[in-house]
Amino acid sequence: MSLSQSYKPNYFSIEDILVTQERVPCKFLINVPKLGKLNPATEDLDIKPGTILELPMWLAEPISSGRQPLISIDLPRSYKETHREILKADAVAVDLHKFGINFYELGLYVKHLDPTGEVLKVLLHTFQSRFRLLMDLTENVGSDPTVQNRLDMLERMLFKSGHAARMRLDTWLRKSDLPMEAAAMVVNHKKRKRIDLEDLFKK
Amino acid sequence: MFGDSAYTLIKELDRNPGTLPPYNNELVGEVKKEICHLVQQNHADSMANDESILGENGTNYFPTIRARHAGVQRNLRCLLAYHYNRVKCLRTMRWEFGSILPPDIKANLSSIETNWFSKYSSMLAKYMRSISEDGGLNLTVDLNPPKALYIEVKCLVDYGQYELSDGSVLLLKENSRHFLPRNECEDLIRQGVFQHIVT
Repeated sequence: MSLSQSYKPNYFSIEDILVTQERVPCKFLINVPKLGKLNPATEDLDIKPGTILELPMWLAEPISSGRQPLISIDLPRSYKETHREILKADAVAVDLHKFGINFYELGLYVKHLDPTGEVLKVLLHTFQSRFRLLMDLTENVGSDPTVQNRLDMLERMLFKSGHAARMRLDTWLRKSDLPMEAAAMVVNHKKRKRIDLEDLFKK
Repeated sequence: MFGDSAYTLIKELDRNPGTLPPYNNELVGEVKKEICHLVQQNHADSMANDESILGENGTNYFPTIRARHAGVQRNLRCLLAYHYNRVKCLRTMRWEFGSILPPDIKANLSSIETNWFSKYSSMLAKYMRSISEDGGLNLTVDLNPPKALYIEVKCLVDYGQYELSDGSVLLLKENSRHFLPRNECEDLIRQGVFQHIVT
């Protein structure tokens, strides 16, 4: 697994495509003819200046830049002052999944919308304070399978790889003579097959 | 809105990590059509734009063209990412399943992907044959150094007859145990036929 997968330079990254699908509030600055169908609220052919719409990041980003921006992007709710205060108070107690399933990644896209630089600081602070929790979770996976529910996608990825590494270390410590195993995809494929068979029996 | 069907394609891949969902011919066609449609609209509007600049009182379509162009690029990205990631998964499958894919996976491939797989498969086999003087080296098996020449294995499925390299034939039944040279069973362990028993 590589973390650089999800970042911007990787054109083929599935994660990045999913992040840029997230919607951000936008305000139209000039008249855009013929694109009224983007706004489900009206029947008009054009989008009038002043219209407020939620557009996916992939559309909002290119048309908000350049010499003549069509729209101005507003900060999404999770990165606004009130939410930032919550994170500053205690980031560990927060259910980050509810803040946004791609909290960090989307944060990197919207950070330049905040001239004070607060968003960036909060992102860093959140990650740093939650990282200890994450470390703790990967080292001591208890009986509770719901711990993952409070993590955002980036944290989940870290959790999974951390957990896998921990398991490998454990087996290696117990006996260094590891048995050879079937390939991961083969094992998965078998499991899926078993489910299919069960479905057939029911019918 | 445009870009939605492309997103569905990507979503489909995201939901099935480590496996290949059936090649979605229908949706790929839809995305292609959408790209063509957007480009045509942009082309028509860019022509109108020229006239309005001359007359200086027509509608300015430039913002619309920019928005549509973003849509075209997005669709293109999703389409390329869809195919790229499928092929990447297929490549891993060559290493894990070996040169013959299970029939239910094969059914999920498009014809181009099947072609690609057989080409990649023969390329890899050719490379592995060329590694050492005496018959090549199988790189797809377990890469940990062995501790013993012979290992004990348990058969997990009714495999049928299996011929060893010295010519003797074994009958592999479910739950039968065998004590075999390590190099003979590496492949079958990898494919999930044998389970390696370590005491």
